[in-house]
Amino acid sequence: MNELLQSFEFGRYILKFHKVFVDYGGYKSVLLGLRNTVIIAVLGLLIGIVIGTLIATVRVVPKYRLLPRILNGFASFYVGFFRGTPMVVQLLLFYYVFMPLAGLHYPALTVCVVVFGMNSGAYVSEIMRGGIGSVDPGQMEAGRAVGLSFGKSMLRIVIPQAVKNILPTLGNEFITLIKETSVASFVGTMDLYVAFNYIGTNNYEFMVPYLVMALIYIVLVLMISALVRLMERRLARSDRNQTTH
Amino acid sequence: MIEIKRLTKKYGELLVLDEVTETIEDGEKVVVIGPSGSGKSTLLRCINCMEDPTSGSIYFEGEDLADMRVNINHARRHIGMVFQQFNLFNNMTVLQNIMLAPVTVAAEDRRAAARKNFVIRIKNLFRKEKLPLLPKGKTNAEAKAEAQKRALELLERIGLQDKANVYPSTLSGGQKQRIAIVRALAMNPKVMLFDEPTSALDPEMVGEVLDLIKRLADMGMTMVIVTHEMGFAREVGTRILFMDGGKIRESAPPEEFFNHPKNPRLKEFLSKVIS
Ligand SMILES: Nc1ncnc2c1ncn2[C@@H]1O[C@H](COP(=O)(O)OP(=O)(O)OP(=O)(O)O)[C@@H](O)[C@H]1O
Ligand SMILES: [Mg+2]
Repeated sequence: MNELLQSFEFGRYILKFHKVFVDYGGYKSVLLGLRNTVIIAVLGLLIGIVIGTLIATVRVVPKYRLLPRILNGFASFYVGFFRGTPMVVQLLLFYYVFMPLAGLHYPALTVCVVVFGMNSGAYVSEIMRGGIGSVDPGQMEAGRAVGLSFGKSMLRIVIPQAVKNILPTLGNEFITLIKETSVASFVGTMDLYVAFNYIGTNNYEFMVPYLVMALIYIVLVLMISALVRLMERRLARSDRNQTTH
Repeated sequence: MIEIKRLTKKYGELLVLDEVTETIEDGEKVVVIGPSGSGKSTLLRCINCMEDPTSGSIYFEGEDLADMRVNINHARRHIGMVFQQFNLFNNMTVLQNIMLAPVTVAAEDRRAAARKNFVIRIKNLFRKEKLPLLPKGKTNAEAKAEAQKRALELLERIGLQDKANVYPSTLSGGQKQRIAIVRALAMNPKVMLFDEPTSALDPEMVGEVLDLIKRLADMGMTMVIVTHEMGFAREVGTRILFMDGGKIRESAPPEEFFNHPKNPRLKEFLSKVIS
């Protein structure tokens, strides 16, 4: 096997990569990068869902009173800002501008999670708004009619149905986040790019590291897609099946 | 029980309710009929605050519903509503549908009592004569057990206890509507509003729903029913209202209403629907 790989140039690259990856412990930074990627994307999405749901709710609340109007104005600004600028720019702004101005010091990973969460919140809010819009208004009316407040009806009746409708889109948002984590390196977080770049720099050879990096991203994304499909099927079943328990 | 005074509702320029004044007494079964677009649904929706009146007021047991000090969610607990499209909560089983409001409301009451007791305790620190604390209210488990017992009882009464753990999408229209009625009853409302409860049903299912409403009527429930079922109106109604163009044009007991209509539009309407 080794001899076969030695016999052509790309094979020799693979061997070099293998050496740094296994013998020099390059896999450790790759695992660390992978861990960070997953942490940023998962926590980012969770924060995004919370923020997005809140914003979407603010945007569908009836607006006769002042408070909902002010909140709605803030929500539009928020969504406009986070959708109107690239993630890298937001990350740099928070890490190198807002935080020093506010005298805050947090680890880069924490900042990444927070910025990804806020960014995702803006996108999720739009997705969620569509999801809420797709739920029959009669559901909210029935909730109000039995004496639940707007918020309770939203939480117990409308949002669960909305989430179900938007699950595939949320899956896509998660995939986007996974891919976007590659900008975490801009503030010095060890991510997949940094890890493979380090291996490449060691060997003066980038072909194999970057190919492997692409492969890891693809595998991640395929796994998530499969997971989303599985969840969709289970949720669809709750509609049709006879019993819950 | 319900007093409607000069109730006007406009959607933009469109005048839907035109200074409607009407009183509904305890135990009355008021049936509302009238042509499409005459404002029947809007009237019901105003009674349980789904729509804000443009002007005029509605009193429920002497309290002005439009008054912001009356908690609308509290008032709604005493007003049951049944919709043409059933509107069962799709994300919940039948049992959960029926239990949701009683359990949630018990939890809200418990929290409200806890809040008030906190304030009373603080006040008591500065008082010689201590104020008594309010009762704590049911625990969540108690409320749940109670709501479940009641829900199962109600389901049994309509013969659907075997559907308790089923999702609404598996039910027939008639079953859905009967469960929607039971869901409203779970809050022990003082009045029930029905908006064309049988209009979305296949003909063979109309009977079972009307029967249930009749049973409720016989038990003395106060109700307001919008319907196109004239036979049913005659049988169950203690008073029939005819709405046209946002006004109540005629109000009379069924005998008089159907046999000796006075309003010319009503005569025309009746000749069209009964033939
Ligand atoms: N949310 C709304 N916005 C604008 N117009 C509305 C709205 N709701 C109802 N309307 C209009 O108000 C009028 C009265 O409606 P309403 O639903 O009360 O009539 P209805 O007597 O119940 O008729 P139907 O027998 O068809 O149910 C109609 O012309 C309708 O188009
Ligand atoms: Mg109507």
